[in-house]
Amino acid sequence: MQEHLTEIIVFTFLFLLVSGMGFVAARWRRPQDLASLDEWGLGGRNFGSWITWFLVGGDLYTAYTFVAVPALLWSAGAMGFFAVPYTIVIYPMVFLVLIRLWSVSHIHGFVTPADFVRARFGSPTLALLVAITGIVATMPYIALQLVGIEAVLKSMGVTGHLPIIIAFAILAAYTYQSGLRAPALIAFVKDTLIYVVILVAIIVIPAKLGGWGAVFDAAEAKFAASPAPGDGILLNANNQLQYITLAFGSALALFLYPHSITGVLASRNRDVIKRNMSALPAYSLLLGLIALLGYMAIAAGTTPIGKDNNTIVPRLFDQMFPDWFTGVAYAAVGIGALVPAAIMSIAAANLFTRNVYKEYIKRDASDADEARVSKITSLLVKVGAVACILFLDTGFSIDLQLIGGVIILQTLPAVALGLYTRWFHRGGLIAGWAAGMTAGMVLLYNVGNPATGKLHFAGSAFPLERLGLDTKMTVYAGILALAVNLVVAALGTVLARSMKLADGGDATRPDHYLADEGDPRVKDLDLTPGTH
Amino acid sequence: MTVPNGDRSDRSPWNWLLVVPIVLPLLPFLFNSDEPRLLGFPLFYWLQLAFIAVGVTCTTVVYQMTKRGR
Repeated sequence: MQEHLTEIIVFTFLFLLVSGMGFVAARWRRPQDLASLDEWGLGGRNFGSWITWFLVGGDLYTAYTFVAVPALLWSAGAMGFFAVPYTIVIYPMVFLVLIRLWSVSHIHGFVTPADFVRARFGSPTLALLVAITGIVATMPYIALQLVGIEAVLKSMGVTGHLPIIIAFAILAAYTYQSGLRAPALIAFVKDTLIYVVILVAIIVIPAKLGGWGAVFDAAEAKFAASPAPGDGILLNANNQLQYITLAFGSALALFLYPHSITGVLASRNRDVIKRNMSALPAYSLLLGLIALLGYMAIAAGTTPIGKDNNTIVPRLFDQMFPDWFTGVAYAAVGIGALVPAAIMSIAAANLFTRNVYKEYIKRDASDADEARVSKITSLLVKVGAVACILFLDTGFSIDLQLIGGVIILQTLPAVALGLYTRWFHRGGLIAGWAAGMTAGMVLLYNVGNPATGKLHFAGSAFPLERLGLDTKMTVYAGILALAVNLVVAALGTVLARSMKLADGGDATRPDHYLADEGDPRVKDLDLTPGTH
Repeated sequence: MTVPNGDRSDRSPWNWLLVVPIVLPLLPFLFNSDEPRLLGFPLFYWLQLAFIAVGVTCTTVVYQMTKRGR
């Protein structure tokens, strides 16, 4: 620990600085009163292009991504680069979808995706399923942010769980006080630090290692020498389908996560969202370059601490940078974990408050009640995430996160398709959800990894061989599960219609999906279906 | 306050441009090769990074062409 003293001092200083900012954030953009979900949970629903860019960028591109993606390139090669097509495809794909969600949410005062489903399909049950799916998928995601911090602490020689608990206690305290304003303000610092660190890294490190060509050649040599069949700096015939289905499936899933939607709903108008769809890819470029740190680590002969591949990037920084700058880089990763963790816990808390508490426990909850319940729930969610890390194996959190991506995809028919069509029957959607969840679990259970000796939940690449096909190709399990979901939802809808089962009302009208800032209807709160 | 004539449709032929950056990155035969290298980067890496620029261009054009007058 002694030799890392400078790093620890710089890290602690920056960490405390942003924590201070988190507390002050309650006074930023002067709300008259923080006691409503619009203010505490959505920052006043008034963020412009710049704040939204920092907030959503800081939210989607998490510390874990920055640590895990290069680790994946380091160990498996080209497959890990799926993060790049994934984050290119996403923005044009949701460009038209998110503005519809923004409009209908602002007219009806929706705070969560489940609020929308509740009003659109007149089904509290379906909304509850969407809410629970969101909470379950988000929890391990928060836990993974801790994995990011842990990788950095480990590299500084700091061991034990106490530092993590302190870091999360501070985070919990200022999220409680300032709500979404805290991560929005901290995101400025986080992203600036990350951009500086990465720009320096991609200029300095390849120069020290003999240029980019040498970096790629070293990686190629390592994979050529390894016995594993799937690695290499290019894709092979068997993992191309996995590569594109994983990129596409992850893109479909990303904006179904409640925390991504929180960032979108907090923006001021439709133009802010559209403009961000062309500005957010700046982070994708950053992510692509960060991913290549994995190859730089190969060229530099970096070794992980123990068997923890996530320490590869921190170790590379330690090896290449002077101590003070390594401290800055570590702080960037550490603070990078706080922003998404805060937004995720707010989003999960909002889901609980709106779709469980208000729906099933206290129907006449006031705005102040909602804000209070959300604040307390956000604390509980963080305690849960810390407990995941303390009492479960880290590998288990990663498995849960993997499952999270597959299960959040099962809300696509109700949330995303629901924005375009009311054709589905609520019964069909519930049946589809159940079928998709089951299929997803069965598929993931059957993914093993012979290299690590793990038999179940060892990844998301499902071998098509298992379906009786004569091929070695693999495919992303989430896409298959979603296909099952859609087929069942469609059949269920036809069946429910032919049996004349009662369908829920629809509280939205076609023009609600097109409204923009300045529309007098924007702000009305109406959750009762069937009143039109 | 403007009148709620924001009910104008989101439809526009320009929206079709969004299909390009969705499809391009999902065609591995375009980029799954080492040569030609650019600044030491194999094709696989530099072309996929270049697709980011395609994505930005397409979304920017669609945004500019479908902006609602204020």
